Amino acid sequence: MNSSSGKTYMSTSNSSAGWKAGDAAADQFPVGLRVLVVDDDPTCLMILEKMLRTCLYEVTKCNRAETALSMLRENKSGFDVVISDVHMPDMDGFKLLEHIGLEMDLPVIMMSADDGKHVVMKGVTHGACDYLIKPVRIEALKNIWQHVVRKRKNEWKDFEQSGSVEEGDRQLKQSEEADYSSSANEGNWKSSKRRKDDEDETDDRDDTSSLKKPRVVWSVELHQQFVAAVNQLGIDKAVPKKILELMNVPGLTRENVASHLQKYRLYLRRLSGVSQHPSNLNNSFMSPQEATFGPLSSLNGLDLQTLAATGQLPAQSLVTLQAAGLGRPTGKSGIPMPLVDQRNIFSFENPKLRFGDGQQHVNNNKQMNLLHGIPTTMEPKQLAGLHHGAQSMGNMNMQVASHGSQSSQNNPLLMQMAQPQVRGQMLNDTSLGHPPRLLSPMGQPILSNGIAANVSTRNGIQENIRAPSYNPVSQTSSMLNFPMNHAAELPGNSFPLGSTPGISSLTPKVAFQEDVNSDIKGSVGFLPSYDIFNDLNQHKPQNWELQNVGMTLDASQHSNSLQGNLNHAQSVLVQQGFPSGQVNGQNRSATVVSKAMFSSGDSTGHVNVQNGNQHLNSLLVDSTVRIKSETPTILYPDDFGQEDLMSALLKQQDAIAPAEHEFDFDGYSLDNIPV
Amino acid sequence: MESSHLRQQIAAMRQSFFDEEILDGQFCQLERLENRGNPNFVEEVLTMYFRDSTTLLQTVEQEIETDTIDLAKVDMMLHKFKGSSASIGANKVRNNITKTRQLLEEGNLEGAKLAFRELRMEHDNLRAKLEPYFQQLRQVGPVETATRPKGSDHA
Repeated sequence: MNSSSGKTYMSTSNSSAGWKAGDAAADQFPVGLRVLVVDDDPTCLMILEKMLRTCLYEVTKCNRAETALSMLRENKSGFDVVISDVHMPDMDGFKLLEHIGLEMDLPVIMMSADDGKHVVMKGVTHGACDYLIKPVRIEALKNIWQHVVRKRKNEWKDFEQSGSVEEGDRQLKQSEEADYSSSANEGNWKSSKRRKDDEDETDDRDDTSSLKKPRVVWSVELHQQFVAAVNQLGIDKAVPKKILELMNVPGLTRENVASHLQKYRLYLRRLSGVSQHPSNLNNSFMSPQEATFGPLSSLNGLDLQTLAATGQLPAQSLVTLQAAGLGRPTGKSGIPMPLVDQRNIFSFENPKLRFGDGQQHVNNNKQMNLLHGIPTTMEPKQLAGLHHGAQSMGNMNMQVASHGSQSSQNNPLLMQMAQPQVRGQMLNDTSLGHPPRLLSPMGQPILSNGIAANVSTRNGIQENIRAPSYNPVSQTSSMLNFPMNHAAELPGNSFPLGSTPGISSLTPKVAFQEDVNSDIKGSVGFLPSYDIFNDLNQHKPQNWELQNVGMTLDASQHSNSLQGNLNHAQSVLVQQGFPSGQVNGQNRSATVVSKAMFSSGDSTGHVNVQNGNQHLNSLLVDSTVRIKSETPTILYPDDFGQEDLMSALLKQQDAIAPAEHEFDFDGYSLDNIPV
Repeated sequence: MESSHLRQQIAAMRQSFFDEEILDGQFCQLERLENRGNPNFVEEVLTMYFRDSTTLLQTVEQEIETDTIDLAKVDMMLHKFKGSSASIGANKVRNNITKTRQLLEEGNLEGAKLAFRELRMEHDNLRAKLEPYFQQLRQVGPVETATRPKGSDHA
């Protein structure tokens, strides 16, 4: 579909469908936006129609106000936005504006060759969403979708809330509740969001996801038990069956343990690969962290609190986190480290990785090695962000995954935070059971940065949030998750959409530590690089997905070891992520891709680490994006151009569609993959 | 080669429009909208424009030459004309419209008439220049059309 236009809009099959807020078609948002343009001048009408078509909107033109009004009346929900000229022979444009506002409550954009202040003011007072001066440029039309989203958002607020609740809060609340209610909270966040948007699909999806996949939430406590069991058996001798027996947790399956163990192993390997003494992982890890994360620790505490407050973070987790954070100086400070490490890891490949620079701060340079090999096309920053996420996520995944699922919005964030960070640190700690730490380091920065803010925001991030649970594939997943979490957790905004600014800024920042917060954002944002997140609710962290994709692509490079090598995964992910990150030209499209990736990763969560890894390998080999739950990481060939990624993702998405519920991924189509 | 020579000619013509400021950046926007699926879009738009503008100018001319000018009507028509002219990038034409309207508003009828005549002239001049331009574009074929006017060389 994006054939004719020079734009890189990628339209998937549903692009042509009527675009409805919260619609599945919204994945491609704003493609398919239904515009009614009214102008009595045929020349202008022709030009406008062509421009709007070029923007991939669905255009209906009309040269008379009366006709337009009757069209609207006949089909009240048939249009998303109206563009009307001010001066028309049969009816004044403002009058039409009033009518539409009263009867249909659609966003109306006024247009005129007149740029006199009084006229513009009149438009404003009559309730026009925007006022365009002729000659209208296509750039101005490209952004009209924002009015639709904004209006929708406001409407939602009115509906739902009693007036005092913030939209974001609502979302959070919804997500929170949703989270707690089901272990597979991936869909929760989304669903709550969706509900807001009057979308039924989400609900269905949510239900399906929760029904279909009861995920094991690896809470801090559970993880501690796990680690204790592993330590007791000896890491070499620890087999899932025995661990399961030792843990003696009802309802826990051998598979759960197995996948978790896999992740854990990768995490440990990564830690040791960092050049930290395996035995002293904890110690060494922690210390560097402390140094680096000064700021983070504060964040962590903050975040934890916040998270705890929001109830996002499972009480227990929170407590543990805090305890961990407080109890272990490194823990908290460590957190910063993890971030750093993560960064390093990410930056391994790409010298440009921002994190690389940042890493220096942290001792985590070693971590960086992990990422090595992943030639990510993505901008380093993105990778870094991803890596962070991934890395920490990897480890954290375990935790996060559990957490993530729990808290749709907040938790994921928190989890995310903790995870990335924790990972780095945690890994060191043999007693991985410091989930809290995990969370804090990374999570915090991220959370604090964009996430917290975005948490309430909507959209895209939700998708991402799911990612956290994804964790499965070793690092990659973490990476993905990380960003995703952020994105997801951030209630959508920080991540792809809104956070773009933040994120983009982050990425460039190498100094992770310093910018931990910022970085975090970055990582979160790497999605944004896609600019995906432009899409507000509708867009799920497409960008994010792209990132994931990027990551997976790299995976192919590393292939095989996915399972065993968190590093690989990470690197893979990282790399993958980056390419997608690069996509950021347009968030929208990117998100789609990332989503795809993400979702796959997500669903598997830690549980499927094993499977995921395996799949990863296969994926890697195939270099195809597989969003399937099995392979958490989507492996995309390194050179995946953004467009390629997008298409790959799109394909994936299609493939994944069925697994949507798992991933909670809306299957955003890569729509504006910046090319 | 003839065709390349012709293309060069076309490019030169096009550039002259911008140099003389009878066309502005908006014209490039239109060019950008053109693509394989719609290779003659610009020409179509311009054709439509001139069709309407000719009629409109005639009406306005008649109106302002009468003793009882319906100022509101004239202003409305000129306003609309301004919109379409601006949308196609007819720079000078648009400026003249603005001037005419302003004079009318000020009550300077004579000045407005003069300005209107100038407007008319600019309009006819634009048409006279664009017609051969599009004719030649058609001669070189759609491929060239698609690529050449895309302002690649000319800003």
